[in-house]
Amino acid sequence: MQRRVLLDNTRFGITISRLCRQLIENHNDFSDSVIIGLQPRGIFVARRVSAELSTLFPGKKIMCGDLDVTFHRDDFRRREIVIPSATKIDFQIEDKNVILVDDVLYTGRTIRAGMDAMIDYGRPKKVELLVLVDRRYSRHLPIAPDYIGISVDTITSEKVIVNWKETEGVDEILLENRGTNY
Amino acid sequence: MSSLSSKHLLGIKGLSVEDIELIFSTADNFKDVLNRPMKKVPSLRDVTVANLFFENSTRTRLSFELAERRLSADVVNFAASSSSVTKGETLIDTVNNILAMKVDIIVMRHPNAGAALFLSRHVNASIVNAGDGAHEHPTQALLDAYSIREKHGEVKGKKVVIVGDILHSRVALSNIFCLQKLGAEVMVCGPTTLMPKYISSLGVKVEHDLHKALEWCDVANMLRIQLERQDIKYFPSLREYMMLYGLDKSLLNSLSKKITVMHPGPINRGVEITSDVADSDQSIILQQVENGVAIRMAVLYLLAGKVS
Repeated sequence: MQRRVLLDNTRFGITISRLCRQLIENHNDFSDSVIIGLQPRGIFVARRVSAELSTLFPGKKIMCGDLDVTFHRDDFRRREIVIPSATKIDFQIEDKNVILVDDVLYTGRTIRAGMDAMIDYGRPKKVELLVLVDRRYSRHLPIAPDYIGISVDTITSEKVIVNWKETEGVDEILLENRGTNY
Repeated sequence: MSSLSSKHLLGIKGLSVEDIELIFSTADNFKDVLNRPMKKVPSLRDVTVANLFFENSTRTRLSFELAERRLSADVVNFAASSSSVTKGETLIDTVNNILAMKVDIIVMRHPNAGAALFLSRHVNASIVNAGDGAHEHPTQALLDAYSIREKHGEVKGKKVVIVGDILHSRVALSNIFCLQKLGAEVMVCGPTTLMPKYISSLGVKVEHDLHKALEWCDVANMLRIQLERQDIKYFPSLREYMMLYGLDKSLLNSLSKKITVMHPGPINRGVEITSDVADSDQSIILQQVENGVAIRMAVLYLLAGKVS
């Protein structure tokens, strides 16, 4: 099994900072915008981004929530049952600009479920998608991100692994080859 | 662990502690769903559930039906009184006819103990026992234990007394199994005539003095007197029962600590508990009803994941 570093600790931090500045270009001071991270791993990106935005706008509360999409997945009963994580959205999304956040965009099915789950909380004015890693040419649905940390071209036997300082001890993105499935 | 150990929910006895914990953690998520502006999720949109009630029920049937609809399942309801059962059709024939209409899950209440188990052996669908005679009522026990967990943080180590008609109560039996599995201490309290002969063999304490029982416990689950199941007189009068085993405000206030009061419903106000107790801040009766929907959503969701 081979592993290749796509983004090391330093570039990881630079990428988050760049994404924050791209968001500011479109969302000003985030008065009408909210960030929603998709469980289980998108919440780390969302929290990191909102923490950095908070330092850029001192005194401003950046609204950031966690959204679980389990009950909206389209593969229920087609694979092993998925145990849901917690949803925590303690603000209104009605008429807000919502930035959905996930770590890796692959087939797009999680994002589709995420949009459905999000609509249960209200009708946003606009929805955008931010992903840390965009696995290009692998989409099953017509979904495209608005903000991309890094784009990678991968094959199905490869897996993108995003490690976080909070859980794995280091910020990095790896590409793992799990066989010769091509 | 990410799925239940069985494709049916026939009773608490057949569940492992991990199963119960899984149902609780899934119910936490459904409770969150129930408090959203949109209280519905599409998980079971390709699943059909039949509610077969061979015995009267308001709360349980409504709770199951709400749970099913909030999971987006297709629901068919069946009440024995208005069906071909009155024309002499057997249980298996009735159910197989329903299953021929492509039903995936059967929720059944039946007056005979073991009916759900019997059905699970003869038909090809997931069976959820919504009460079988005086045997088990697993979803009620799950929601009771879940409500204790919600109120007290955990069930383990808590002292729970079940008061009343233990002899005819499926809620009592399922509660005893469930609470013991989760590490609670269980006591039963009631008149000798309403106590099953070998109840202590289940590992529960037996007490006939309500005041002593309430002083001992953290939680009191007051059962309904099931007059419809009592073929003989088990106590002289409801008035006497109320005096000896009814919980009123003065008794509640005389206790040395604040206990939590539960009731599986429907309440006979003025018999098991008085109105001022049922409506007091120590009562979690309405929370039990609310939790019932979340627990049933969790059970149906986890069982539906096993439907092929």
